[in-house]
Amino acid sequence: MTAIQGDGSIRIGVFICHCGINIAAKVNISEVVEFAKTLPHVAYATDYQFLCSDPGQELIKTHIRENNLNRIVVASCSPLMHEVTFRRAAGEAGLNPFYVQMANIREQVSWVTKDMKSSTTKAKALVAAAVRRVARHDALEVRQVPVKADVLVVGGGIAGIQAALTIANSDKKVYLVEREPTIGGHMAQFDKTFPTLDCAACILTPKMSSVAVHPNITLLTFSEVVSVEGYTGNFRVRIKRKPRYVIEDKCVGCNACVDACIYKQPRFPDEFNVGLSKRKPVYMPFPQATPSVVLIDPESCIQLKKGTCKMPCVDACDRNAIDFNQKEEFLDVDVGAIILATGYQPFNPSRIPEYGYGKYPNVYTGLEVERLVNAAGPTQGQIVLKDGTKPKSVGIIHCVGSRDQKTNPYCSRVCCMYSLKLAHLIKERTEAEVFNFYIDMRAAGKGYEEFYDRVMSEQVQVIRGRVAEVTDWAVTPEEEGKLVLRVEDTLVGVARRIPVDMVVLSVGLEPQPDVEQVQRLFNISCSKGGWLLERHPKLAPVSTFTDGIFIAGACQGPKDIPDCVAQAGAAAGEAMALIDKGHVDLEPNAAHVRENCSGCRTCISACPFHAISLDKETGLSVVNEALCKGCGTCVASCPSGVAQQQMFTDEQIYEEIEGIMNYV
Amino acid sequence: MSKPKIGFYWCASCGGCDEAVVDLAENILSVVEAVDIAVWPVAMDFKRSDVENMQDGEMVVTFINGAIRNTEDREIVEILREKSKYIVAFGSCAHLGGVPGMGNLYTRESILECSYSETPSVVNPEKVCPQGETTVPEGVLTLPVLEERVWTLDQTIEVDYYLPGCPPPVALIVDGVTAFLTNQLPPKGSVLGPKHSLCLDCPRKDTKPENMLIKEFKRPHETEIDLETCLLAQGLLCLGPATRSGCGAACINGNMPCTGCLGPTDSVRDYGAKALSGIASLFDAETEADIARIADRIVDPAGTFYRYSLPGSLFQGKVFQKEGARS
Repeated sequence: MTAIQGDGSIRIGVFICHCGINIAAKVNISEVVEFAKTLPHVAYATDYQFLCSDPGQELIKTHIRENNLNRIVVASCSPLMHEVTFRRAAGEAGLNPFYVQMANIREQVSWVTKDMKSSTTKAKALVAAAVRRVARHDALEVRQVPVKADVLVVGGGIAGIQAALTIANSDKKVYLVEREPTIGGHMAQFDKTFPTLDCAACILTPKMSSVAVHPNITLLTFSEVVSVEGYTGNFRVRIKRKPRYVIEDKCVGCNACVDACIYKQPRFPDEFNVGLSKRKPVYMPFPQATPSVVLIDPESCIQLKKGTCKMPCVDACDRNAIDFNQKEEFLDVDVGAIILATGYQPFNPSRIPEYGYGKYPNVYTGLEVERLVNAAGPTQGQIVLKDGTKPKSVGIIHCVGSRDQKTNPYCSRVCCMYSLKLAHLIKERTEAEVFNFYIDMRAAGKGYEEFYDRVMSEQVQVIRGRVAEVTDWAVTPEEEGKLVLRVEDTLVGVARRIPVDMVVLSVGLEPQPDVEQVQRLFNISCSKGGWLLERHPKLAPVSTFTDGIFIAGACQGPKDIPDCVAQAGAAAGEAMALIDKGHVDLEPNAAHVRENCSGCRTCISACPFHAISLDKETGLSVVNEALCKGCGTCVASCPSGVAQQQMFTDEQIYEEIEGIMNYV
Repeated sequence: MSKPKIGFYWCASCGGCDEAVVDLAENILSVVEAVDIAVWPVAMDFKRSDVENMQDGEMVVTFINGAIRNTEDREIVEILREKSKYIVAFGSCAHLGGVPGMGNLYTRESILECSYSETPSVVNPEKVCPQGETTVPEGVLTLPVLEERVWTLDQTIEVDYYLPGCPPPVALIVDGVTAFLTNQLPPKGSVLGPKHSLCLDCPRKDTKPENMLIKEFKRPHETEIDLETCLLAQGLLCLGPATRSGCGAACINGNMPCTGCLGPTDSVRDYGAKALSGIASLFDAETEADIARIADRIVDPAGTFYRYSLPGSLFQGKVFQKEGARS
């Protein structure tokens, strides 16, 4: 490392980049170079066509050595663009990389200032600011912290399953946490999947079984994350295991207890069939539930509610798996990375009362019809109306709770395709006449347009128009006893009334109702509407602003199964990259609390990353450097000025301001 | 050998700083024993010529309180600077401008206008206003003239040390005087007081929540103030977090919030801005409307956060002056 001159003097080199004509056309470069030479501590100043090029970097390195420079200023583009480049060059010349300061005379000057005279003046001011600032820079070290080798995946839908399996297959340990009693998520409830019409269960359940038996996966169903501490590479997560009143290790899923239950008939709404069928208080969520373990619902079990049941289930279980005294338990795990795959909730169509959901028995949601179509569903795959008869005509309304300023402005991306799929399945099972009411037919995906063509060839009717109302008010004899869809057919330009027996609402996707809690728990941001926010929509789609926490699947925004699976793979890859590296580099822009803190605690409530705490012994604030993101909030808030941020000390910023004010 | 000479002087001041010297009580005897008080207009009779006739540097130290408000203040402190080896800015007004410094929110003319004609209790039909020179049959009378704005002492003359506070706490005065008498002086430019802010010494610090947010500010007369709980936690605008300690939490012990008279710690250049920033960080606000609602409860923000320090702040006042700004 180039030592500061024997006399401790600061020798600054200033390098002005032309960026071809990007800068040179608008800034008088030689004037800026001559000006730079007059600034305090500047030992050398020059310009070059492209400083970011190899010869440009070489030029910087040569002058650092030849002129014994111990600080450099590069006046070129934005630091986001090339700070890494110039820091590396300085490092290669033996300088601490943090003795580099950039003056952005492209984005902030030549690209935005028309007049050459004023842009030259502005460039000089920014160079002066950088020179004054860099003189106050400190030599800083990037700190490395080892990472924990295990990964936590939150959410056991298809995205979580895929991420967990990918990571586990690379011989890393995964904790998969699912709050429902079984993994599988929404995909397990679907009948067929578009556009290939694969049976959802046929492609999903093998993956679910793999999860259950994988030696590297610890599956924690009926469990929720209650707290997350730590930072990238080093999270400590507390998981609450809710009582199922069945000992998971003992139950083999034989269902003897279910058969023996004091309730001879199922009486309670079955969650898996979205309330279209009934279950008993002790139940298996669905035949392929994973783990294959029953659970007891404390809301409906007589023993758990009143303690007065004869408990035939206990007698029936020859493995003594039933335990009415089970309590919730907590488990702490240490992981290096976390993948959130917390999914979505279907839009609740009672929010659009004109569609009559909940009012007319034969208005269904898409998910309800998925269950009706399914052979394992409440009607064994028969599509029947509430009175048991087959519908002769069905209307499918697209964009329910999507592309609608009153509910959700966004497109839910999957509804066009699943509407077409349901149209196909309904047609296939019932031979009913099927009408699809759409705004735009969105079939952008591999094989999707072809699927649309196929369904069109099956004589499914499509009417372009947003349905205004679903009503049972008949105005003609043919409409008697029917549900009438009132719609403007925008292709024909007429208002129409279409009477049908059954209405299917293709509901959109919405963020989970408790997304805010997830956001707080994992300290991540949400985009508008509550979808978890990715770090960059194009270049970091599965990363978040909290390092070490990744997102996959519909929790990030509406998406179909192929996209969820692809994202899950990407998130798994990111998590493995972090873990395989073995350590994390911490930017040295962390804040620290200097001496003379008075323990006023202002910074503690101000810190958005919970990186500051009160030292129990001294009563003063301490920054956990690993948690600190270098946002500077504590520095601004510290009333006694002792919280300071490396790379952004008060002195450095005052010097920068004075540099801007005092020279031009 | 004669005893070392020291001086006390007052400029734009309320007299409280001199009172604080008297408050030394029996300690003052040991001071008087050790030194000769060569100048102390509030307590003894001295003429300007007595000072002018001194040798340069004849006095070891002069403690000057009050802000620089008029030409007389400026003239005398310039003389005292020559005659004293050390100058100590004594109290908030000399240190940072103090309460008189709030005058920098107004022009000199509007202050005179207000004092000599607009104030309801003033009867002045002829609009007589103080003049620097008035010609009478006997000759020309002169009066000191108000400066354009209020200055801190170090904006006027070179200052060696600062004793903060309104007035400086007795303990700090004793320590400061002792430092001179024993010649154990800190680096030039130091503020003679603790380096940390008041919270560290606050008797109520243990009652301050670790994660404190404020939903609503209350003024002392609007609420029954608990005697033991952190005042900020009770919604009172206490500036203790931003204010240099050294007062022994006098106001807090009187169940009143700190108003910031000892000024900022060594790490802060602009007391008001920092205090404001610190307090604003505690707003429990989700929306801009929340922020506005909470902020609206802070009556007179300039007077709250810059009560003692406006002339010494980065902006120095509402009315900008071209000449004489601190370089």
